[in-house]
Amino acid sequence: MNPTLLRLQHIDFSYHTLHGETKALSDVTFTVTEGEFLAIVGPSGCGKSTLLSMIAGLIRPESGTITFAHDSPRIGYMLQQDHLLPWRTIWSNILLGPEIQKNLTPAKKEKAMHLLTDYGLLPFKDKHPNELSGGMRQRAALIRTMIMEPELLLLDEPFSALDYQTRLLVSADIGRIIRHSGITAILITHDLSEAISLADRVIVLSKRPGKVVRNLPISLTLPDDSLLAARNAPEFHHYFNILWKEISDEH
Amino acid sequence: MNTESYAQQQYYIKHRRHHNTITFLRIFLLIAFLILWETASRLHWIDSFFFSSPSMVASYFLKMLKDGSFFVHTGITLFETLVSFALICILGIFSATLLWYYHPVAEVTEPYFVVLNSLPKSALAPLLIVWLGTGMNTIIIAGISVALFGSVINLYTCFKQVDEERSRLIYTLGGTKFDVYKKVILPSSVPGIISNMKVNVGLALVGVIIGEFLAARRGLGYLIIYGSQVFQLNMVITSILILCFLALLLYQLLQYLEHRNKKKNAIS
Repeated sequence: MNPTLLRLQHIDFSYHTLHGETKALSDVTFTVTEGEFLAIVGPSGCGKSTLLSMIAGLIRPESGTITFAHDSPRIGYMLQQDHLLPWRTIWSNILLGPEIQKNLTPAKKEKAMHLLTDYGLLPFKDKHPNELSGGMRQRAALIRTMIMEPELLLLDEPFSALDYQTRLLVSADIGRIIRHSGITAILITHDLSEAISLADRVIVLSKRPGKVVRNLPISLTLPDDSLLAARNAPEFHHYFNILWKEISDEH
Repeated sequence: MNTESYAQQQYYIKHRRHHNTITFLRIFLLIAFLILWETASRLHWIDSFFFSSPSMVASYFLKMLKDGSFFVHTGITLFETLVSFALICILGIFSATLLWYYHPVAEVTEPYFVVLNSLPKSALAPLLIVWLGTGMNTIIIAGISVALFGSVINLYTCFKQVDEERSRLIYTLGGTKFDVYKKVILPSSVPGIISNMKVNVGLALVGVIIGEFLAARRGLGYLIIYGSQVFQLNMVITSILILCFLALLLYQLLQYLEHRNKKKNAIS
């Protein structure tokens, strides 16, 4: 068993407006172990994204604690859209993080070249984002995140802006990249198939206020390394039905 | 070499023909107006003492060129306008940045900006003369006062309209608010800033002319007001026409800047 990287305990969070209080999360507790790929699914508006923002430290829980195995962990965050800045080339987009942290060393640039080569984007290094397809842009966004060498990767529905076909390919592709790098990842999605095919464990949140209603480890028998192997695994439908039932009960 | 279809070629021809017709009509309109004006004044349909005529304007213009007064007055007005314009841009961007950076400042000052923006700035000119005396300072301040408040409001709105997810991206990469400003807000706002500059340059000219009406011994605004007082209408109309060209020139300059920026951003 790998050591625990992240522990969330009794997290509560509400949104406040003049029309009143909306409870978004209620008593959310779970742990993430090192190297694990965790998916969180749930109906829209169940506070999934809020949860990620909290783990990233962008907002604070109203009560409860978030603890990491050690202080100041490096966290990478992928948002729903790639948000590549259109006036920068792919090269200067992926170096945005080191640039902001004033850490633009030759070593970082070399790493960027490696990642571009690995992800097949080297020929597009000096292009602007609008010259790339949606899938390539999302891969460039992944490089921008990976260059920061995160220990924990937060993925907030990073494929939702892509069309269906691209989405299948890019999610399998990015899933494989993350798995090979051995990084701990938390994926937020409302696509159950995506969650099952990518994750080691799926957590189901209830509708607002979000609570953990199911914690389901996934173990698929993969016949080969093809892109859609996970979706063809014999256990896939079994898991899908379990999750489907949990989600439907919530509606 | 010619691989385009007949229909496509026809389309090009039609497009070019339409374009030529428009250009021709524009020039024709100008020439027709000048001929009508000249004829009307020669045949005494209008009093050339009050309405001047193209030939009188032309000869007055030549006289201004010869005695150098064209360069003095146009130069002064151009200089004052450019200084006002530069200060409007600098102060505008600086103030809008301040408002964006410290949101409470924006909330508190918003109604004041709205009031100052809707106030007819020409009403301030007499006050400026009392405070600052007659001269270039007053005129430049008058130029600034016309455009500054609107500029601040526009630029602040422009900064606020930048996609918040882009700002979030900077925060997720460990950036500060200043990084958000430098890497996202300012570059995203370049088109907005340039279109704001296009408005400002026209307004700066308006302000400078108002200033020159009241507080100048030189400049095109002075020539217009002086000419009207001594019934030198040739002087007035020539100055107005020079002003037209000046405004056009400044506008075209910024149009060019905008065009170049657009081209730079749409490399695909």
